[in-house]
Amino acid sequence: MKNPEILVICKHPDILATILRLIHKKEGWTATGAASVKEAEELCTTTAVNLVLFGAGVDENEEQQLRNSLPALRPGIAFVQHYGGGSGLLYAEILQTLMDANGS
Amino acid sequence: MAQTILHKASTRGLADLGWLKSYQSFSFSEYYNPERIRFGALRVLNDDTVSGGKGFGDHPHDNMEIISIPLEGELEHRDSMNNSAVISPGEIQVMSAGTGIYHTEYNKNAGQPVKFLQIWLFPNKRNVAPRYDQVKLNNEDSHNRLQQILSPNPGDEGVWVHQDAWFHKGSFDKDVSTSYTFKKEGDGVYVFVLEGDVEVNGQTLNRRDGFGIWDTDKLSLKALTDAEVLLIEVPMNTNK
Repeated sequence: MKNPEILVICKHPDILATILRLIHKKEGWTATGAASVKEAEELCTTTAVNLVLFGAGVDENEEQQLRNSLPALRPGIAFVQHYGGGSGLLYAEILQTLMDANGS
Repeated sequence: MAQTILHKASTRGLADLGWLKSYQSFSFSEYYNPERIRFGALRVLNDDTVSGGKGFGDHPHDNMEIISIPLEGELEHRDSMNNSAVISPGEIQVMSAGTGIYHTEYNKNAGQPVKFLQIWLFPNKRNVAPRYDQVKLNNEDSHNRLQQILSPNPGDEGVWVHQDAWFHKGSFDKDVSTSYTFKKEGDGVYVFVLEGDVEVNGQTLNRRDGFGIWDTDKLSLKALTDAEVLLIEVPMNTNK
């Protein structure tokens, strides 16, 4: 996974907008946002998502549902829980997931 | 056998934005070092200096326990829960970001910098209700002994957080020794030297060095000069 196509799932609209803006600042990184499980699953059918980032307000059941359903739509898709709601941890979380996905 | 990790002050990340100088013990924002991601549930330890009158504008957080410890100057806090407060040395501030919170942190004084530690702990539960608190500490309680300033227990000394974590702070005269017994099995302690030189389990530490210790239940500390230290006890094995 070289250039991540990230799906951010977050129920806090302002935090979602902030995370998307921060991701788009990075060259080669793209992201779309979803506020619900249904929206996330629909986006995965139309977009070549390879990394899912769980943000604020996504509960354990919803997270598990997506961890079960999305790999069928996008084999090899990676998941990461986002903490902090801003730039503080975001880049390290994504870079760490990319390193893991690339086996380095 | 105890395991340890030494983070010398000079090896920390540095973000210099002009108005902000932030020395970062762990990967943060544009500073990324895969060897420096976290120490158990301790994820961020930033040693920040903010120029007079400047500060962090309105920005969001979620799912993180955020602790600020002022070292010099005054920091003015405002948040989306209508909290408005000023914190100064001798106080500690905590914010549970939970499902989401906006806040600003500004240097209240135009004429002098504010220096403070910004510490982030992973919470032990996601999506809690956001909360804010600050507590004034009794400085005499930290002279030549370790004073608890944070715990997981509401009503206990200091502030409390959504994590099985304990912070202790101490100001020691030269040659004074003490020991610290870990609160829980499986925890680690990250020692951060605020001022002076100390020896921890035989390891000499200087100003702003960090030293993590785990797989043990006790540590010994000796002040080699007049010194001030912060001990951060956190679970080492967490889902996050």
